[in-house]
Amino acid sequence: MADAKVIPFGEEPRARRKARRAGRGGRGAALAPVPEARTEHPPAAPPPPRPRSLDERIAGGLAFLRRRITGDYEVDDFGYDEELTDQVLMSLLRPFAEKYFRVEVKGIENIPADGGALVVANHSGTLPLDGLMLQVAVHDNHPAQRHLRLLAADLVFVLPVINELARKAGHTLACAEDAQRLLERGEIVGVMPEGFKGIGKPFADRYKLQRFGRGGFVSTALKAGVPIVPCSIVGAEEIYPMIGNAKTLARVLGLPYFPITPTFPWLGPLGAVPLPTKWTIQFGEPIATDGYPPEAADDPMLMFNLTDQVRETIQHTLYKLLVQRRSVFF
Amino acid sequence: MGKVVLVTGVARQLGGRFVRRIRRDPDVERVIGVDAVAPEHHLGGAEFLRADIRHPAIARVLAETRVDTVVHMDINGTPLGKRGGRASVKETNVIGTMQLLGACQKAPTVERVVIKSSTSVYGSAPRDPAVFTETTTPKSLPSGGFAKDIVEVEGYVRGFARRRPDVAVCILRFANILGPCADSPLAEYFSLPVLPTVLGYDPRLQFVHEDDALDVLRIAAAAPRRGTLNSGTFNIAGDGVLLLSQTSRRLGRPTLPLFLPTVTWAGTALRSVGITDFSPEQIRLLTHGRVVETTQMRETLGFHPKYTTAEAFAEFARSRGPGLLPPEALARTVDRLAGVLTARRTPAQ
Repeated sequence: MADAKVIPFGEEPRARRKARRAGRGGRGAALAPVPEARTEHPPAAPPPPRPRSLDERIAGGLAFLRRRITGDYEVDDFGYDEELTDQVLMSLLRPFAEKYFRVEVKGIENIPADGGALVVANHSGTLPLDGLMLQVAVHDNHPAQRHLRLLAADLVFVLPVINELARKAGHTLACAEDAQRLLERGEIVGVMPEGFKGIGKPFADRYKLQRFGRGGFVSTALKAGVPIVPCSIVGAEEIYPMIGNAKTLARVLGLPYFPITPTFPWLGPLGAVPLPTKWTIQFGEPIATDGYPPEAADDPMLMFNLTDQVRETIQHTLYKLLVQRRSVFF
Repeated sequence: MGKVVLVTGVARQLGGRFVRRIRRDPDVERVIGVDAVAPEHHLGGAEFLRADIRHPAIARVLAETRVDTVVHMDINGTPLGKRGGRASVKETNVIGTMQLLGACQKAPTVERVVIKSSTSVYGSAPRDPAVFTETTTPKSLPSGGFAKDIVEVEGYVRGFARRRPDVAVCILRFANILGPCADSPLAEYFSLPVLPTVLGYDPRLQFVHEDDALDVLRIAAAAPRRGTLNSGTFNIAGDGVLLLSQTSRRLGRPTLPLFLPTVTWAGTALRSVGITDFSPEQIRLLTHGRVVETTQMRETLGFHPKYTTAEAFAEFARSRGPGLLPPEALARTVDRLAGVLTARRTPAQ
């Protein structure tokens, strides 16, 4: 049968977690003593773009403006507007990734330079900022400047303005059809299988991976024959510490949850400012799926095994990164 | 192509053009155009029979003329001209198709039936996959209007195909047909001086050029060419996608974003005044958009459209004349601005 390796939901991390709790004791923010110095070096920063002269920038900006107001640009079948994403949306998100959350990216080489891949990440943070930061991280750190196509919840495509921006930024509905179509076109697709269970979990459950749905993402990757790249995001859990959930209000508003944080909704819009935590995004070793026969996608045992393998990899990497982390904010 | 072709809905522009086109086909001996009203355009020498397909009389027509190919184009979202309301359109779509198919079932000479359907059959909803294939089942089936008619029509056609397996049945699901003389509600919409849009939504649209629509109808109505199969269901659309914001910029018509409830209300108001037919499913299309996959059209049907979505739209835009903000004028303004800026900066260096 499947030679998928299932890492048992280990004792070691649980022990570490216990130690962390104990170490936190009265104060809270401090972690257990860091067992080892950080050995990994941060990846070399991408080469700084050649500074452009003001003239060039004006000319470029006007050419961009000319194309935009005459409608002379292309979008793909999913409504992805590459030019708008590169020139405007990414520039708006980049300061958040670089200055605010100071995202440190590790293992970017695990994302292939060409061809499709499915990036599977943990989901957290009440608002899906982790997805957006992941998109910026992949584009800005990858040598081939690859674009990550995120799969988003259907709520995103119901909301006005949000759906328009999401489509233009290259996101699409998280369903097997769309994912497979993108993967077969050789795109890097990002998925967060925890969904609302992950993003809307209480602060006390931070960095505990929730159930990974039915593992549909594995069969999609298998059908498309693309590798699965596990991805662990540390730091997003603490941007909005969700201490409560106004369930009735959420139901009235038609939302999956209504977060209550120490600042929101008490401080109004000011409470919606995320905490400036320090983020780390680690891409793990790709899990190849092209060795399986085509009918393997219909084998539920294999699907569960592979799903567990991906889940455990992400969970263990999360614990490893948490142990290495000096503090939430630095 | 068969010897005797019966075409319904010839009083419309597209039906008239199709009749004129196949009239020139050397294999076709006789073309019979059928509609409830007499067409205002000429039919290129084809016979016109004034018959309402909602009545059983159509069966007699089929039997007497020994028709072998039926091209059913009388499936429409809007009434022809100002006469008739939504109820009569629905009757023609649904009851008319039932009667016509019933007549075809009784007529032993019929070998081929082509149905002009629409991609409206998929509806438009935010919870559907981004691209529809012929086998996608929409998450929310259209609840009313033209889209529901189409769902019912296709249901009857499938029933007919089961009962008469010897007849080749081809359902062509057209995306929005645009062209110089298109008279669809979307064409009317794009002729408005200011385009009302739904605030916060930028739908993806696909178009088919009229010429391509006629070509593919001919392919479907003729005997299949080598290596192709022309019975079954096919999505027909030009390559590529245009966003509504892009179409308005390319047309040079400013948009007026309105809240969704306001749009629904304004649509009702405009419809009652009779300026435009802004039906609820039209509003849904202009809110969520719709994109279909056309691999089957290329690989199985063997049809390659001459116009992409963007080219079909450009052709349409040319025929409609410039809007309030012609893109050429805007481009010139930007170029002039660029000239002024560079001229000012050159002496400074």
